[in-house]
Amino acid sequence: MSADTKTSVTTQVYEVYIRATPQAIWDAITSPEWTVKYGYQGAVEYELRPGGAYRAHATPEMQAMGVPDVVIDGVVEEADPPKKLVHTYRFLFSDAMKAEGFTRVTWEIEKAAAGFSRLTVIHELEGAPIMAGMVASRFSEMGTGGWAWILSDLKSLLETGSSM
Amino acid sequence: MNDDRVFKALADATRRYLLDMLFARDGQTLTQLESQLEMTRFGVMKHLRVLEAAGLVVPRWSGREKLHFLNPVPVRLIHNRWIHKYAEHQVSALAELKAELEAKVCRRTRKRA
Repeated sequence: MSADTKTSVTTQVYEVYIRATPQAIWDAITSPEWTVKYGYQGAVEYELRPGGAYRAHATPEMQAMGVPDVVIDGVVEEADPPKKLVHTYRFLFSDAMKAEGFTRVTWEIEKAAAGFSRLTVIHELEGAPIMAGMVASRFSEMGTGGWAWILSDLKSLLETGSSM
Repeated sequence: MNDDRVFKALADATRRYLLDMLFARDGQTLTQLESQLEMTRFGVMKHLRVLEAAGLVVPRWSGREKLHFLNPVPVRLIHNRWIHKYAEHQVSALAELKAELEAKVCRRTRKRA
């Protein structure tokens, strides 16, 4: 088994076609005005330059349940609007999750045919089994949560103007 | 639009099995997948192509290896569009029926008592 094969097991890939421009998708990922409208609906902060900070805030409802203000943090490694964004990604919900440390998320946006763009999320989850289970939503009976849920909600928002 | 391709891709036992294999272990090569199936390499490739066209499998290159990843987003979208909508309705209808029947049984039992 090569090192590559070992790494691949802990990587997850998600892909969705959205009827929107790459710029609209880029904005929906990186601006808090958009991120409060889909998925977990927390506001994000991105300093869009290598070494810049990335933070995702909990919604007021989540904070009322005892979740810390900043629930996800990381460092931007690459920002090439509106095509590619790479940043590290760590959950701060609990000490156990914090201890798993940083993973890496890569967002790729490509123009596709007929007004669609293809959004690909590659999540490298080496050494983070708790987060791997959460983002794959394999821990959720209801099927909510995880990248598939977030991305389908993002698609719904950009295409119909409302999330699910 | 893409729903047809997803339903078609899912309407085959071998392709569903391939998805299950990737669910159990994501990011496998054609050679790894082929070794678990009683099928020619060409046959597995053909099935993978259908899954890729439906977006259910996304290939990524890692050096010289082509790895196949399970992409659950199309299934999620079908769930949102079809299953959630009808299942919710059905479940609530059944829940009402259950409540109604149980209430009747309750009334009858009370009459007898």
